[in-house]
Amino acid sequence: MIAYIVRRLFSTIVVMAVVAFVVFSLLYLTPGDPAAIIAGDIATDEDIRRIHARLGLDDPFLVQFGRWLWSLAHGNLGTSIFTNLPVTQLIGQRIEPTLSLTLCTLVVSILVAVPLGVVAAAKAGSWLDRAVMSFSVLGFSVPVFVFAYILILTFSVQLDWLPVQGYRSFRDGVWEWLRHLILPSIALGTVYVALITRMTRASMLDVLAQDYIRTAEAKGLAPEQVLIGHALKNAAIPVVTIIGVGVALLISGAIVTETVFALPGVGRLTVDAILRRDYPIIQGVILIFSAVYVLVNLAVDMSYVLFDPRIRLT
Amino acid sequence: MHKCSALLRSMTAVIGAVALVAGLIAPVATAQGQKVLKFIPQADLRILDPITTTAYITRNHGYMIYDTLFATDAKFQVQPQMVDKYELSKDQLTYTFTLRDGLKFHDGQPVRSADCIASIERWAKRDALGQKMAESTEAWTAVNDKTFTLKLKKPFPLTLEALAKPSSNVPFIMPERIAKTDASTNITEPIGSGPFKFVKAEWVPGSKVVYVKNTDYVPRKEPPSWAAGGKVVKVDRVEWIYIPDAATAAAALNAGEVDWWEQMPPDLIPVLAKNKDVKVENIDPLGSMGLLRFNFMYPPFNNQKMRQAVLYALEQNDYVLGIAGSQKNGHPCYSYFTCGTPLSSEVGAEPLKGKRDFAKAKELIKEAGYKGEKIVIIDATDQPIVHSQSLLTAEMLRKLGLNVDLQAGDWGTLITRRSSKEPIDKGGWSIFHTWLVGPDVTSPALNFAVRGSGQKAWFGWPDDPKIEELRDAWFAATDAASSKKAADAVQTRAFDFVPYVPTAQFILPTAYRTNLSGVIIAPITLMWNVEKK
Amino acid sequence: MSPTWKRFRDAFRRHPTALVGGAILIAMVAIAILAPWLGTVDPLAVFPSQRLHPPSAESWLGTDMLGRDVYSRVVYGARVSLIVGLAVAALSTLLGLAIGLVTGYVRRLDAVLMRIMDGLMSIPSVLLAIALMALTKASIGNVIVAITLAEVPRVVRLVRSLVFSLREQPYVEAAIAAGTTLPRILVRHILPNIVAPLLVQGTYVCGSAMITEAILSFIGAGTPPNIPSWGNIMAEGRSLIQIASYLIVFPGICLSLTVLAVNLLGDGMRDALDPRLARRM
Repeated sequence: MIAYIVRRLFSTIVVMAVVAFVVFSLLYLTPGDPAAIIAGDIATDEDIRRIHARLGLDDPFLVQFGRWLWSLAHGNLGTSIFTNLPVTQLIGQRIEPTLSLTLCTLVVSILVAVPLGVVAAAKAGSWLDRAVMSFSVLGFSVPVFVFAYILILTFSVQLDWLPVQGYRSFRDGVWEWLRHLILPSIALGTVYVALITRMTRASMLDVLAQDYIRTAEAKGLAPEQVLIGHALKNAAIPVVTIIGVGVALLISGAIVTETVFALPGVGRLTVDAILRRDYPIIQGVILIFSAVYVLVNLAVDMSYVLFDPRIRLT
Repeated sequence: MHKCSALLRSMTAVIGAVALVAGLIAPVATAQGQKVLKFIPQADLRILDPITTTAYITRNHGYMIYDTLFATDAKFQVQPQMVDKYELSKDQLTYTFTLRDGLKFHDGQPVRSADCIASIERWAKRDALGQKMAESTEAWTAVNDKTFTLKLKKPFPLTLEALAKPSSNVPFIMPERIAKTDASTNITEPIGSGPFKFVKAEWVPGSKVVYVKNTDYVPRKEPPSWAAGGKVVKVDRVEWIYIPDAATAAAALNAGEVDWWEQMPPDLIPVLAKNKDVKVENIDPLGSMGLLRFNFMYPPFNNQKMRQAVLYALEQNDYVLGIAGSQKNGHPCYSYFTCGTPLSSEVGAEPLKGKRDFAKAKELIKEAGYKGEKIVIIDATDQPIVHSQSLLTAEMLRKLGLNVDLQAGDWGTLITRRSSKEPIDKGGWSIFHTWLVGPDVTSPALNFAVRGSGQKAWFGWPDDPKIEELRDAWFAATDAASSKKAADAVQTRAFDFVPYVPTAQFILPTAYRTNLSGVIIAPITLMWNVEKK
Repeated sequence: MSPTWKRFRDAFRRHPTALVGGAILIAMVAIAILAPWLGTVDPLAVFPSQRLHPPSAESWLGTDMLGRDVYSRVVYGARVSLIVGLAVAALSTLLGLAIGLVTGYVRRLDAVLMRIMDGLMSIPSVLLAIALMALTKASIGNVIVAITLAEVPRVVRLVRSLVFSLREQPYVEAAIAAGTTLPRILVRHILPNIVAPLLVQGTYVCGSAMITEAILSFIGAGTPPNIPSWGNIMAEGRSLIQIASYLIVFPGICLSLTVLAVNLLGDGMRDALDPRLARRM
């Protein structure tokens, strides 16, 4: 088990190094020039060149990469070109809405999808199963923003039940916090629910066909006990895996959701930064998102230790 | 054995408990009775320095926290603002200014002559009109803390106009230590002497900007008129909430989640019109001027006849519709100066005005010897005004049988590419579109796009000594009549040389909830005098 | 009729939804190809004076903010979405296959390549695609490349795991023992067993690519504006959703329908090819 954990940790570090290199290279190759944007609409060539020099944009690749890695090691993600604020501060200011949105979506999605998948597997082939599978395919097919607009038009504009946009902090009242997150979570969670439902169902079907399940049934255990106690536990690994993998989907979807619902989160920060070529922010955010994704999957891998006793023996 | 179900069960219990407890926690009480004005700005405030950038959002920010020596009122007259009294010497070479009493910066320091001088000098390094003034300036001198003088080398009749300049760049007054910052480095400390204070701790770039009332501000006694007159703040706090998605912004305004939307796309007026709690108004009488800019360095538009061909083919009414949606929010303006201002006229505008003459355009193209050179239009899809113009121009040029390549990007890419002096195959460009607010295009002094200073000119780099000569002649004009004549001369030459093509004049309406009163009708967004019931 | 095709046919009979999916897809492709003859006008022609007319007898799906005919734009838009979807599916499958085979067989390269793939997969695909698009000018080709790069790692993973499991199969070991050359093993044993799951994965990639293109266009980093694509049309019309919802509804329906069709097709194929595989995916 220790060997397993150590191996996973090591490969995580390697992966992060690759991500760092990819992220930095991507931006280095970008033809856009932040200097021209800072200089503004009525700028001269000289102004642009001066800003170039000040930002060190003319140094060779490895020098800039080295400089970036060095400051990274000090926990410094750089300073935003436009606002002169540290990237860590910018991200810190906006992490709360994104975290709230993703957590909310995660919780809601898992609570909805896993039972759905279990039920669909238990009643495989029935109309319920077909309905669940149809809904999940639909969830994959409708783009997030289309769904988001439909929700806004229905629930905010027509029915006036829920707010259109914006984010209220947890500290300003939990009910307001939730109210503003309901529509975004539903919009964002649809794909996630679809994914998890399908995987749960598939995995459960696999497990339910196994011999030990028939043994359990033969022993006289109630169907629910068989389902939850034996089947679900063994089906858990692929499901937990897909939850981890699906976090990437959440992050991608969060960008669009935050734009439509005007949530001041990190996703929107990223899009703004990319469109404006604010390099330090782009680098910092992609790095952090990737780190989150990698860590989530590391946690998932660690959780295998809980679910799969065989790993403890390696 | 029941580990998994146990896990699930305990998870549910925890979540339930948290929710229960959290639900019982009363929401943090917000300050009682605070009047908060919630405003959707036209863009995201990124740069806090109104001298290094001409971005209008930063200019608006400037008007919140800074004050100016003079200001332009609704009648285009110069009025004193921070200045109490001023006089001009008989030989027209020395101005003496005396500041009002009670002017203080947000850090408590009084406003002194030294602060004003440093601020004006920094502004004059960047601003086109300021630079012109600097050419005639001998020295600024502080007589004492409240009085200072400007000594000129030769008379500069536009001095007060320059100090009262309403739009980018505005000569805002900052503390001396901040104003001493190099003119191409952004300042970081937003301290001014204006009617609002900037709350840096609550600033979330890309999302929210917060201002509070400056209770130490001493407004003038006169009623407000554009940027002049008394700046009396009638709310406690202002929040700028940036909502990039127009549909969301409209819905938020309708729902009362915000109070005022600075610039709304005219198409969405029907969405707000149904709501009797929302008022839609054109508070910006001068509007904005769209323009099509050529690259003068490379074919085909280095050829005057090709540019003139575009004059004969471009239909401003189409651009009005494309940008403003209807004739209600825009109209053609066949002038190089903002229609509705004193120097504007239609002198020389025959090619652009009236029925389109594609035949003549094609003839000019033939005379120019067009050999099928590629025309690259750089577009910004995230700026609807630029985007619609690009699409319309692409279609028009295609109809003329020209080889058009519409290259899309975003505003950031456009600003980058337009500064490139390379040929087309190395990332250069032939045409781009943008727009300038009315106040920026009212005269040969302010309209930088009409200049022909070659490599030192604005992007496109038109080289026309003749237009420069006529521009200098305008500066030398001493009265209104000769000023108008000189401006007409500049415009006549402009319609011949075609430094750019004016495409439309449009007004982006503003929308606010009916519980707001006192909104100032002006081409710049000003937030004093606004009351919220 | 060979047993494989028979299985296909029976599977489709059991999954009518897959048939429907296939039919819709074929219909969309047909519409895309036959676009000029389906009563369309030039999708780029602007008529500002006819802007924002709701659907009527003259313009079946209305006109947009520059007076362009929405019906024509949606029909021509099918081309872009389908081209992007199919091209990305094909390219990522081929590329993923190539890289996956290499990782399966060349141990030293395996470690390096898989770390790179893991790294790429750690960057959420839309983010990666946006970042890649920011490097170049907007064009369909670049969109295809960007999305392909984001989708390849997953295909590589699939191929690699399949190759690993296939390599252990007794008949493959027997072939190696018998001295069969590597290319022959690949062609006779490995590839035929990979084709099926790859095809299925390909359909999912196709659907995902179409949605990613729409998201990219929505954010402003996708197909250039002078080429109508469903994502583009929705992006341009999004601010007008309350006064001209048809600008979003029609392309939205077309996109959702096509992606749905592709996904259903994928599901059906997956069930047909290997019932056990169905469970695992």
